[in-house]
Amino acid sequence: MTDDVDHKRRHFLAVATAVTGGAGIAMVAIPFLASLKPSARAQALGAPVEVPIGSLEPGEMIRVIWRGRLVFILRRDEEMLARLKKTSDFLRDPNSEVIEQQPAYVTNEYRSVKPEYLVLEGSCTHLGCAPIAQFEVGPAEDWFGGFYCPCHGSRFDFAGRVYKGVPAPTNLRVPPHRFLQDNVILLGVDPSGAA
Amino acid sequence: MARIESEIGAPQGGLMKWIDDRFPFTKTMQKHVTEYYASKNFNFWYVFGVLSMVVLVIQFASGIFLTMNYKPDAAQAFASVEYIMRDVEWGWLIRYMHSTGASFFFIVVFLHMFRAMLYGSYRAPRELVWIIGMMIFFVLMAEAFAGYLLPWGQMSYWGAQVIISLFGAIPFIGEALVEIIRGDYSISDITLNRFFALHVIVLPLALIVLVFVHIVALHEVGSSNPDGIEIKDKKGPDGIPLDGVAFHPYHTAKDLVAIVIFLMLFSAVMFFAPDMGGYFLEYANFEPANITSTPEHIAPVWYFTPFYAMLRAVPNKLWGAVLMAAAVMLPVFLPWLDRSRVSSIRYRGWIYKLALTLFVISFISLGWLGVQPAEEIYVLWARIFAVVYFAFFLLMPYYTTIDKTKPVPDRVVYHG
Amino acid sequence: MGKFVKITMCLAFAGILSANAFAAGSGVGLDSARNDPDDKASLQRGARNFMNYCSGCHSAKYVRYNRISSGLDLSEAQVMENLMFNAERSFETIQSSMPIADAMRWFGQAPPDMSLMARSKGTDYIYNFLRGFYLDPDSPTGVDNLYLAGTSMPHVLWELQGFQRAVFVEGESKAEGEVFQGFDHATTGTMSADEFDVFVRDTVNFLEYISEPIRSTRRALGVWVLAFLAFFLVLAWLLEKEIWKDIPK
Repeated sequence: MTDDVDHKRRHFLAVATAVTGGAGIAMVAIPFLASLKPSARAQALGAPVEVPIGSLEPGEMIRVIWRGRLVFILRRDEEMLARLKKTSDFLRDPNSEVIEQQPAYVTNEYRSVKPEYLVLEGSCTHLGCAPIAQFEVGPAEDWFGGFYCPCHGSRFDFAGRVYKGVPAPTNLRVPPHRFLQDNVILLGVDPSGAA
Repeated sequence: MARIESEIGAPQGGLMKWIDDRFPFTKTMQKHVTEYYASKNFNFWYVFGVLSMVVLVIQFASGIFLTMNYKPDAAQAFASVEYIMRDVEWGWLIRYMHSTGASFFFIVVFLHMFRAMLYGSYRAPRELVWIIGMMIFFVLMAEAFAGYLLPWGQMSYWGAQVIISLFGAIPFIGEALVEIIRGDYSISDITLNRFFALHVIVLPLALIVLVFVHIVALHEVGSSNPDGIEIKDKKGPDGIPLDGVAFHPYHTAKDLVAIVIFLMLFSAVMFFAPDMGGYFLEYANFEPANITSTPEHIAPVWYFTPFYAMLRAVPNKLWGAVLMAAAVMLPVFLPWLDRSRVSSIRYRGWIYKLALTLFVISFISLGWLGVQPAEEIYVLWARIFAVVYFAFFLLMPYYTTIDKTKPVPDRVVYHG
Repeated sequence: MGKFVKITMCLAFAGILSANAFAAGSGVGLDSARNDPDDKASLQRGARNFMNYCSGCHSAKYVRYNRISSGLDLSEAQVMENLMFNAERSFETIQSSMPIADAMRWFGQAPPDMSLMARSKGTDYIYNFLRGFYLDPDSPTGVDNLYLAGTSMPHVLWELQGFQRAVFVEGESKAEGEVFQGFDHATTGTMSADEFDVFVRDTVNFLEYISEPIRSTRRALGVWVLAFLAFFLVLAWLLEKEIWKDIPK
């Protein structure tokens, strides 16, 4: 008996069916994968947080929670700002060149919108422990005050910039923030018109 | 007559040979897919096994993603379902997929079992396939029951209350058993948590193992066919049954059409009528469980109602439960109750056809009666139909013996 | 013979589908709410009605304000100005200001949450309930309701509907007791009966919307899914026919 199978047609139909089926499966996968994104409730809970800073004294720091993360707000006094200039030689990234760690509008020497107010995420860039405030100078020669991470000894200066020779690779992150008024910071939103 | 030869020959080299040297991959594919021969005259009724597997996959996929957002805590469960419906992206689709799948699972499984009754698929040498299948059915009922408590709605709570207290009817151990099932003195958060573990881990694992074993047992003896004859009795010179065709590509191509049609029906319900008039998603379950107030009508979900109707037909708690258990268990014995010379309804006499018709009518009517309030007239009819249901099985050895059968063909026949 | 069985099954199945799982509750018949869930203007009015008349006591705790704005074609500003009374951010949920402990004391129970009321009781029931208050001097609120006897809810919409009396007559048999015949007008509200019906219909429409905000999306998507599957079916069917050419009958 002659082989009267139309192989071309058979092949075409098989491929067409397989491709359509594959497309169908890919389309069904989309809702499942999308459901893993932050839900409306997560977005609600992750909404920007207003922090009143009117009662903050120079040299005082407060801790707040934004999106489940610890945030430090430190009102630096004159001395702390002065000490910033002394640390440059000891730092891995004194000019904040690693752009992921801070928004563009804080890549100045103070790493802040206003020189006085430092806003940092309290999460060590090594493995995420919460650094401790250590504002006294010394005893080490290169220590002029800043933040010290107890887990593996990483050190950061008064602008959250990371020292050389410590496990942490990058400066502490600065979260997006803007000043609603002189004495209220809004965490989670860039200043209007900011890059 | 051209046949597609097995396209997977033994690989000569490369990755496939490396795998085959260490794992029976090609061998398994040949034995169970490309060189597994099933009858060429499968009709519509033979599609429900594959569809059961499709629904199983759907329930697994949707269920896994539901557990990512569901909270098995009495204070949070109901709210977490609404969270899924409203706040989780596409959560509503995943939820409806799972609720629609639960009902479709039973539709498909009932029709799958009915096929076995039409064509004698439970007869020797397939008794074990049938028994394992019945075990799958029992596990499925437990799985559905456990799952239904999870939304913690009014029906969830009170339905569970009624069914669990049934176990209290068992003499001596009843009350203790009920307490062990509940984990508490009444249905509570503790019960919910353990039913969550049952529904998400224990019973799905059991289902997977049983389905695997079910297919292994089937492949050992080969699939039945609508004529109820053994295709292995007539083999060609190459050892392949004359009436057999390779599962792949012939049955895979056929099943694909059935699967797509099924998915269309499934999608039509899921997208346009997920409540299904209150049968797939019961209206009372949109109220959170209130332990101080029982809804007007408590009925189990539709797929339990035939058995529930039989339970209610008996005015005695213990014997009602016993009757219900017997009704569920009785089909297990079909391979031995059926004494007919032939397997397929195509060659049976009028007695069996009548009996099966009455069985179907009574099963469906019992289902309808199970949803009605417990009034006189409904209880009376439930009793009548329960008798018919039991008679179908218990009288079967007698009427299948005396039933006049037609001669069975040598080779399979295509039916209109 | 398979045919006979199939036909019996189809008939039985059809019989079941036509039986409704829904219990009507009281013996009195329900007028149909006839609300159109796709009528955005009606939904907007209903949102206004709900926030102004209902949300003082009834929360809708699963509903976020920003969901209302996206679903009803309202801007966030419109929602904030006109619909948000005790909330500040648009992602918040609709909460009532009534403390639960006080509600228990005043009404004997907390006013139920409305998020899912349309799905559990149905729009027809709510439509009739809101129009079914009548004067009852023995009740602490001065009214009772034809569809939920002994309700602790006062006739919140009395200014719009006015008050009515319920007329009962002796039933035909002793077992029937008293049978509802109709309502008698007692006082006039600011709306005519038709206007009030529209008001309640809009409100019920909104309740249906919040019970399942995704409804219109799900139906629209369903059309596309079925279209895709129909196309896929054609391919699969052609492939099956082609492959089975190999097999003689």
